[in-house]
Amino acid sequence: MRVNFTVNGRPQEADDVWEGESLLYVLRERLGLPGSKNACEQGECGSCTVRLDNVPVCSCLVAAGQVEGRDVVTVEGLADFAKQRAEHGGCASAASGISGATGAACGTPLDAAKRWEARPADSQTGEGTELAPIQQAFIDAGAVQCGFCTPGLLVAADEMLERNPTPTDADIREALSGNLCRCTGYEKIMDAVRLAAARQGEAV
Amino acid sequence: MDFLRPASWEEALAAKAAHPTAVPIAGGTDVMVEINFDHRRPEYLLDLNRIGELGDWEVGEESVRLGASVPYSAIMDNLRGELPGLALASHTVASPQIRNRGGVGGNLGTASPAGDAHPALLAAGAEVEAESVRGSRLIPIDAFYTGVKRNALAPDELIRAVHIKKADGPQQYSKVGTRNAMVIAVCAFGLALHPDTRTVRTGIGSAAPTPVRAKAAEEFLNAALEEGGFWDNGKIITPSVAKQFAELCSGACNPIDDVRGTASYRRHAVGIMARRTLTWTWESYRGTAAATEGVA
Repeated sequence: MRVNFTVNGRPQEADDVWEGESLLYVLRERLGLPGSKNACEQGECGSCTVRLDNVPVCSCLVAAGQVEGRDVVTVEGLADFAKQRAEHGGCASAASGISGATGAACGTPLDAAKRWEARPADSQTGEGTELAPIQQAFIDAGAVQCGFCTPGLLVAADEMLERNPTPTDADIREALSGNLCRCTGYEKIMDAVRLAAARQGEAV
Repeated sequence: MDFLRPASWEEALAAKAAHPTAVPIAGGTDVMVEINFDHRRPEYLLDLNRIGELGDWEVGEESVRLGASVPYSAIMDNLRGELPGLALASHTVASPQIRNRGGVGGNLGTASPAGDAHPALLAAGAEVEAESVRGSRLIPIDAFYTGVKRNALAPDELIRAVHIKKADGPQQYSKVGTRNAMVIAVCAFGLALHPDTRTVRTGIGSAAPTPVRAKAAEEFLNAALEEGGFWDNGKIITPSVAKQFAELCSGACNPIDDVRGTASYRRHAVGIMARRTLTWTWESYRGTAAATEGVA
């Protein structure tokens, strides 16, 4: 079957999609976006976390056909997503172009939000792209070891900071409780999120 | 495999009638695991995501009509006052990512004895709104679970909503696992005080082939509370009453040994959770306890 949806602000069309295929598979194998990682395929590890209509989900547990007409942000689009959000006064749902209950509370008109598009960049390597604050914080805090869990953690942490700019440690732990790091680098990851929150606070 | 994408509830019912083997998929947090691991190759997947009304809820006089696809995160955020037990249970489900997708309809459809919502539904009192092209019916929650991963749905029926009694007193939920997140319950326990009817209801998860109520324990406690005038005098529950209640709850279990725990541990832990949740709720009823939120 064919699936049409929006990824990182750009319309995408995936062809010959098997009906039982996951969104994760479509992103990685059909759209050339391998940033979302495939590890457990059962929602345990969070490595495949993306935002579906703004909400963090495990893309391995979303059937490809379920994303028809919907909006996905992956780690590849995170930097531009965060930039857009910053420009629109910290309102992510406006930046992502989502209508409905969550979007209605924000100040950016839907048509303006829909014009958002990730800047052309090498999606494979991310080269030439300015990093999102959460990405920079992960680097600065030394929160990347093998790096496999990092994309999922970035998407989850970024979403939490959007909702909750001044998280407690308990808030961070809860928000990241669905993401496993088998290098067990959790302390540095906590540092990174605290750092990103602090920088976000300074910037405002 | 065919992917059926009904745009309305009527279309979904028609599709299910035409293809009774179709597997409904909403949050996908159970179904996709089975497909990813090749444990299941359904002939048809019936996507319910396009049916917006399944994500809605209505708060009525007596009960909340919870759409089958309302995600756990929405229950936690919006229905803590009306459905405190279910909100606590929802908070123990897996992780934020899973709670953003999964909902009570899927929990009921899968009917795993370990489903986190079941003890809360049993304790609060609920009815499952099932519908097919033949018509709609309300299935009492006590009659819904018929076996391990089996429920009372007919092959052509879909779950449209769950009608859950609004809390008329304190409710609690407790779950045993190796960590707070991403845990399939070793066992779980839900308890609801119903001061309006002067009754107590319970729900046990993961400790029998189906979720069950500890009916003998409930009857014992109802009689003991009545006899001692506890509902009126608001006294502390006598330790011997709590102990007997806990033992009867353990006795309501019919657990197995598996990778998550042994049968004897489950019986023991259910007794402990029964005593604790009774104490928490009763203290709350007496008005002496702090807010009961977030204790699970």
